[in-house]
Amino acid sequence: MADKKFIIDRRTALKTGLAGAAALATPSFFIRDAWADDFCNIPKGKDVVFGFNVPQSGAYADEGMDELKAYQLAVKHLNGEGDGGMLKTMKPLALKGNGVLGKKVTFVSGDTQTKADQARATAKRMIEKDGAIMITGGSSSAEAVAVQSLCQDVGVIFMAGLTHSNDTTGKDKRAYGFRHFFNAYMSGVALGPVLAEAYGKDRAAYHLTADYTWGWTQEESMKDATEKQGWKTVKAVRTPLGAADFSQYITPVLNSGADVLVLNHYGKDMINSLTQAVQFGLRDKMANGKKFEIVVPLFSELMAQGAGDAIKGIYGTANWDWKLEDAATSAFTKSFGAAYGTPPSQAAQTCYVQAILYADAVERAGTFNPSKVIAALEGFEFDGLGNGKTLYRAADHQCFKDVLVVQGKEKPKDKFDLLEVKKVVPASQVTYDPSIFGGELGSKDAKACG
Amino acid sequence: MDAIVLQILNGLDKGGAYALIALGLTLAFGTLGVVNFAHGALFMLGAFCAVVFNKLLTLEIVKIDPTRTTPWGSPLEIKTPYVQAMLGDWGKVLIDYSVPVSILLAIPVMLLIGILIERGLIRFFYKRPHADQILVTFGLAIVLQEIVKHFFGANPIAQSAPALFSGSLQITEAIVYPYWRIVYLCFSLVVIGAVFAFLQLTTFGMVVRAGMQDRETVGLLGINIERRFTIVFGLAAIVAGLAGVMYTPIVPPDYHMGMDFLVLSFVVVVVGGMGSLPGAVLAGFLLGILQSFASMNEIKGLLPGIDQIIIYLVAVVVLLVRPRGLLGRKGVMES
Amino acid sequence: MKHTSKLADIALLIGFAIVVALGPIIFTPIGAGYPDLLQKFAIYGIFAIGFNILFGLTGYLSFGHAAFLGVGSYAAVWSFKLLSMDLLPAVAMSVVLAGVLALAIGFVSLRRSGIYFSILTLAFAQMCYNMAYSVLTPITNGETGLRVLRQDPRYLDAAIGYVSPTPSLFGMQITGWTGFYICGAVLVAAFGLSIAIFRSPFGMTLRAIKSNQNRMGYTGYSTRPYLLSAFVISGMFAGLAGALLAATDPLAGAERMQWTASGEVVLMTILGGAGTLLGPVLGTGIIKYFENIFSAYNEAQLKAMFTFVPDGLREPVVKTLSLFVGEGWQLTLGLLFMAVVIFLPGGVMEGINRLIGLKHTPKVRSLGDSPQRDGLGEMVIEEMPTHDRTAEIEKNAAEQQARATAP
Repeated sequence: MADKKFIIDRRTALKTGLAGAAALATPSFFIRDAWADDFCNIPKGKDVVFGFNVPQSGAYADEGMDELKAYQLAVKHLNGEGDGGMLKTMKPLALKGNGVLGKKVTFVSGDTQTKADQARATAKRMIEKDGAIMITGGSSSAEAVAVQSLCQDVGVIFMAGLTHSNDTTGKDKRAYGFRHFFNAYMSGVALGPVLAEAYGKDRAAYHLTADYTWGWTQEESMKDATEKQGWKTVKAVRTPLGAADFSQYITPVLNSGADVLVLNHYGKDMINSLTQAVQFGLRDKMANGKKFEIVVPLFSELMAQGAGDAIKGIYGTANWDWKLEDAATSAFTKSFGAAYGTPPSQAAQTCYVQAILYADAVERAGTFNPSKVIAALEGFEFDGLGNGKTLYRAADHQCFKDVLVVQGKEKPKDKFDLLEVKKVVPASQVTYDPSIFGGELGSKDAKACG
Repeated sequence: MDAIVLQILNGLDKGGAYALIALGLTLAFGTLGVVNFAHGALFMLGAFCAVVFNKLLTLEIVKIDPTRTTPWGSPLEIKTPYVQAMLGDWGKVLIDYSVPVSILLAIPVMLLIGILIERGLIRFFYKRPHADQILVTFGLAIVLQEIVKHFFGANPIAQSAPALFSGSLQITEAIVYPYWRIVYLCFSLVVIGAVFAFLQLTTFGMVVRAGMQDRETVGLLGINIERRFTIVFGLAAIVAGLAGVMYTPIVPPDYHMGMDFLVLSFVVVVVGGMGSLPGAVLAGFLLGILQSFASMNEIKGLLPGIDQIIIYLVAVVVLLVRPRGLLGRKGVMES
Repeated sequence: MKHTSKLADIALLIGFAIVVALGPIIFTPIGAGYPDLLQKFAIYGIFAIGFNILFGLTGYLSFGHAAFLGVGSYAAVWSFKLLSMDLLPAVAMSVVLAGVLALAIGFVSLRRSGIYFSILTLAFAQMCYNMAYSVLTPITNGETGLRVLRQDPRYLDAAIGYVSPTPSLFGMQITGWTGFYICGAVLVAAFGLSIAIFRSPFGMTLRAIKSNQNRMGYTGYSTRPYLLSAFVISGMFAGLAGALLAATDPLAGAERMQWTASGEVVLMTILGGAGTLLGPVLGTGIIKYFENIFSAYNEAQLKAMFTFVPDGLREPVVKTLSLFVGEGWQLTLGLLFMAVVIFLPGGVMEGINRLIGLKHTPKVRSLGDSPQRDGLGEMVIEEMPTHDRTAEIEKNAAEQQARATAP
């Protein structure tokens, strides 16, 4: 498609001498690629390159390193090395443990710095220089949305890592982007009934919300879900990103008439605001004749570690937890633990699964051609990857699977045993109509790198 | 009314932290004439003194039990904290108080770091313009934080306040305030007082103040002002470090926290008047309180987003109205 | 002041243009020869060249230049959304908007000098960043960044009836190598413009302000308009870079405006050599190279690279090196940066000049070749220094030694 345009452009009368000079100076290898390919980065040799695009500096560096470990493990398992991990449990499975379509999987990595700009720059490097057939990774929604739209433009499949915003598979969804992780809407739906059961239906909630898009979608989803249970929303206050000290936002909660504080924060913001809210004695306080409670809709193991004791007894949701008891989870946990000495985080699991799912789809499609791979992933139903029965919905490329409601453990055995799975909310309850968030997938056609 | 009292308390507490950080920065600037962009990194290093101390205390004797394994498959380790093993209940108390006690570790460590930085790097930059100083210390800050990241990772590391101070004080029905924040405020006042007393009441301080006024003349009097300045830089490092140590229960430290505070601390110093110690303290508290008030819902309703920019807005206004900051004197540091 | 002939300048420009044109071939051996990175070299090169016009010539250290880059990007994306996918209206809008913002910020900030000026620009830029991230989300699309969508109106394109799928210049799509050559052409033009400014009477005046603002005042010059012009010009360069950034990659995010981004352009300029013509571009190349190539090495790749090392040694070698590449790339950058500031205040350019020894290069003593300033970095009303500063430093050292040996 793109090469066709290239021909038309060449003939366009508008073209100036400068353009001619530029075209003459264009190195020949570029032109060859543009003419010969029918999709971007056709794997030519014995290897195929995956691009692992994770933050290695900045606030989410540890999360990113965990993701990278999981990817490396996935690569080993795909190539038939190691103990096979979840390849032993995945159903249906097309992969044979000899790479993908007989090609050995290799990978390149990059540091996104948790910045959208840099994430796109590293993704472009992988596509343009390293010839990556797919890109996967990221630990924020800004990164995911940015890289996803880039991948749509150049025609390379993007398997999103940790991204929780509704937008990723909502209004910013793309045909080339796929998300395994759950989203803010599902968190709300899953958490609402559990909260109503634990804290009663007559509650007044006060929201502190990180002042950017993810925070807003999280706030909205939580408001909807809790109001459905009969809760009132007293106030929702926006807090600046990276405000280390939240005391000035926490003190007004004390006299607001609210009896629940919902912290729509993530990462360092969440660690700080939760630590400080607990210090302000909110959890020892009585309000409206009830014990005051704090809710954090999304948290991860790493954040629980950062928040220390403050996390105890706090309700939230998670995509996955290594303490689940199914065969797939224990296979993955064993395999990851043997390689790195720690249990995997939920970020690691989602990334591992995404890499495997992509490889499996290629194997099933019988080609690396992205439009065929997209078709293979769309509507794919699978089991045995740690989340029970899961569906990759064709309409928005979002995975639908069970959502975990977790609570901070009162008496953790060690620093990896911080969260307790309270309830597994079945996929059917968190499934929603894809049209509620709008957006469109766009073209699924394969193209030659842009 | 209660809301206003609470915000004043918040502001004071925040101001205490800002003032402490700005004080160290001003000390270095006022005496050595050095703009130290690594000051935030010193704050961060102080916080990690607390982390290290806590880690030392909770070091465990690890025995590997090869017959049993953890749920994730590695051999089970049986751990016994050795401090507890050695000291019994005493050890428990010590671990509980690890944050305040780690001040004892932080003082010598920060002094040493300060002296090393001054002797090894800063002193070569006295005669060079501020741009050079800013840039070399900025490079130093990056290096320091990357080293910390290498050893401790990027994730914040929770530090808890002693159990005795972990609750909050019920002042009236509606006004509660965490004990630890009250401790922090008092602590910052004590440190600020100590620094001022040191400079005002000791001979050493007198010489340093004289040196701030006119370095050359003091030098001509046969006083080794250089050595004193080295110690002052060490002192600035200690102040920054202590601010960091005591801040850990409020904000769990991570390798990047210095950079997060760096811009803010410079704004505080400039608003106060560069080189003016009382100015730094005053501006610290002032900006802390203003920031707290700007975050009140009533004010945010009137001016959306004001809490995001208030600090910078104040800085711009002050610099334009009072060019040398609030208490900056003309004549200080001028040749 | 170096005296260079017009001919030498033209030769320099032509040489520069040739290097840019051959970029894809030159940079491939070091792993940087792919369109995106070369585009980034060119774009940030323009940004740094513009910054250098302010900092290199006047010595005023702005810590808020990223705001202009960010505003330029937003303006360009809005132009792609509302007007046309063509580059020209986008560049026009970006440059004008960045210029207007620079005029406003410069007008206020230039009332002060030295570190106060730095803090003022920093404060303005941080305000822009914070607002763009949160309150101004309707305009900036906040965290997710502003993107070009298919259903945007694009009134100008609609009128002509042709819509390019990506930003383009006269129908040439600004992607891949075409994108690089367009950016490269702009870079060469910007470089030429910077030579012209450096050599013009205007440039001379700016340098004179740097070496002694007060003397300029005495001679009847009102320095403020000159400074403001320099500030606005460098802001417009930043806006231009922002527009190109948005054109090669039609997404504008707020993080581009954060103070660390402003810091980055300062680092680029100084690393390469502030006040030199080529320095900023060199510095840009080095920093972007670190950010994209150094950060990409992982242990597996290192192991593959060091297969020639004997087995026993390979592990420690790889382990040590991996501290400095991959996730440790910032450590290397920090160390390199310190080394340059300490040993080569004139930046890489000073190093090159000394190495080649082509012409007599006076030893650069400071990054900005310091003007007469007081402790606050403000200009002071003092007589021009009539003596060499080294002599002064040596004298002081001798005095101290004498004092130390005295009983």
